Amino acid sequence: MPQMNMVQAINDGLRLEMRRDPRVVLMGEDIGKVGGVFRVTAGLYDEFGDDRVIDTPLSEGGIVGTAIGMALYGLVPVPEIQFADFIYPAYDQIVSELAKLRYRSGGEYPAKLVIRTPVGGGIRGGHYHSQSPEAIFVHTPGLKVVCPSNPYDAKGLLLASLRDPDPVLFFEPKRIYRAAKGDVPEDDYTVPLSKASVVREGGHVTVLAWGAMLYEALEAANQAGAQGVECEVLDLRTLWPLDIDAVVASVKKTGRVVVVHEAPRTCGFGSEIIALINEKAFVYLEAPPARVTGFDTPFPYTLEMEYLPLAHRILPAIVDTARY
Amino acid sequence: MTLAAVIPTKHHRNPNDVLAPGVIRAMRDDGTVDSAHDPGISDAELVSLYTAMVRVRILDDRLVSLQRQGRIGFHIGSIGEEAAILGSAFAMRKKDWIFPCYREFGAALWRGFPLQRYIDNMFGNANDSAKGRQMPDHYTAREAHFGSISSPVGTQITQAVGFAWAAKLQHDDAVVIVYFGDGATSSNDFHHGMNFAGVFKTPTIFFCRNNGWAISVPTERQTASASFAEKGVAYGVPSLRCDGNDLLAVISATREALDRALRGDGPTLIEAITYRLSGHSTSDDPKAYRQEDEVEEWRRRDPIARLRRLLSARGLYTDADQAKAEAAMQEEIKRAIVAAESAPLPALQSMFDDVYAETPWHLREQCEYLLRSPRPTKR
Repeated sequence: MPQMNMVQAINDGLRLEMRRDPRVVLMGEDIGKVGGVFRVTAGLYDEFGDDRVIDTPLSEGGIVGTAIGMALYGLVPVPEIQFADFIYPAYDQIVSELAKLRYRSGGEYPAKLVIRTPVGGGIRGGHYHSQSPEAIFVHTPGLKVVCPSNPYDAKGLLLASLRDPDPVLFFEPKRIYRAAKGDVPEDDYTVPLSKASVVREGGHVTVLAWGAMLYEALEAANQAGAQGVECEVLDLRTLWPLDIDAVVASVKKTGRVVVVHEAPRTCGFGSEIIALINEKAFVYLEAPPARVTGFDTPFPYTLEMEYLPLAHRILPAIVDTARY
Repeated sequence: MTLAAVIPTKHHRNPNDVLAPGVIRAMRDDGTVDSAHDPGISDAELVSLYTAMVRVRILDDRLVSLQRQGRIGFHIGSIGEEAAILGSAFAMRKKDWIFPCYREFGAALWRGFPLQRYIDNMFGNANDSAKGRQMPDHYTAREAHFGSISSPVGTQITQAVGFAWAAKLQHDDAVVIVYFGDGATSSNDFHHGMNFAGVFKTPTIFFCRNNGWAISVPTERQTASASFAEKGVAYGVPSLRCDGNDLLAVISATREALDRALRGDGPTLIEAITYRLSGHSTSDDPKAYRQEDEVEEWRRRDPIARLRRLLSARGLYTDADQAKAEAAMQEEIKRAIVAAESAPLPALQSMFDDVYAETPWHLREQCEYLLRSPRPTKR
């Protein structure tokens, strides 16, 4: 089984599905001849040509708007937004149109597409190449939101997203595009949506994370283990619809929970997760649920390692929660 | 008739001047037709289009009065724009697709969307194709190749381009006509859509109903251009201007655009110069923002009266025909209203359907919660 990084695994998934399903069309800025600014679509233009790997004008609203039209026709477009920070010109099409089409048409006009976009900080990208806007899409009824943390899941979740009947925002954590490596089968497989994975078992504190921050959560969990605090770390993988059963089962087991995310704290996805835990597992809680997150500031450049919820900030939250 | 005609001269800088050079007109006031722009349609088709336009006008009047009586919440109509809507819809083939704005119920009905379904939508009842989830005039009619209606202005434009682009990629010769008003030419999606259509030569007909007003904002506040058609020049999209109250000119212009698309020459922007004789919707009173003499001038160009003069000149239609047709329409509409008003409302659970293909856990929980909650006492 070959070793792949995230970029290679997503590329492999796209290639596999494009060979299998002629309806799949890629579109975006610089995705064709150059293969994307992160090279995720490298080589696909050569194999599938200009009609299926389409370099578009520099217009996110145009990319997503026309992709929705293609989806209404019956294709499965996979628009790439070069950075999630640039998704806002397409926000109206995503929120007012894509998310509502099935509902507002009484089921007559579902629009199936997967929007891929690199997300997150830690690459010295400043305000506009670093943000994590997942919560605003979780907040929009009709969308599914996915964020893989490793190459195996990236390919399997991408194939599941492409074959799911609903529109999916597929957030690719760019900090680990090349750093995360692992065995990836070359053949066809899916990782089911809305299923979290338990990546470390433990009985004292539940740590919930996704994307690039999963590795920070694991690092902190290992350090906590040296202090006698055993963490159970869950990789949520699909943010929405959330695998609520896995979250509640772990919290019932540990009675303590720490949620980690890069996005700003206020109304971040952690807020909703903790509200759900309070509703569904309140009597099991032994300590207040804790959040380790980005701050309620724009994403900073020079001080980005201070902004990110890295292991050094997660560890004290775990220890405090364990000893509460 | 194409690009040269839309380049402004110092003598005509008013986008609403329907008599400006280069604007396609076919029907003369005396009921005769300029053979250069006569689409040559049969007498039976002319009568059929005329009665369709009358039916739309009667519906508009009836729905406004239903709203005034408080029986429906809203209506957004097309009084004065019937020729622009029916003529363009008529010119398209059955296999082509319509991406509507919210003012084209005449086109949906022309393509076979049942009157009863349309009226069901006005009441948001259980038989409404949008299942009571949207305001009146936001129905959906996929069987009629008629898109889902949205309220945000312009969003259908890029989607129409994508749909046409997909058809082209699939070697399907379907063409898409997308409707929007002059206000929408200021929206993001107009520019995105025109640009993509120009670059990828998609078989899209951009049909701009320049009706002079975007709610209370007049054309001169919408653009400094001398016409909306000239906006096509910058995108490499050829443009046509036509008298939007001249059914035959609209048909000729749309056919020319359709032929271009079918030849593989890509998109066309049609600016149909017309006038919104009513308010924007039942929610505004146009007397607050425009002069009655301007409206009077356009009433004299009423597209239905103009077509009637042509039919009369050709001896195709009499006052007795009109009275009989109108009585039948009133009866048909009345029956549809009675049926729609007495139909059940959508089931409570249906609020949670179609958000996703399969209802996820959180919506199942919220549905169960709603079902065991008290029902609202406020209406």
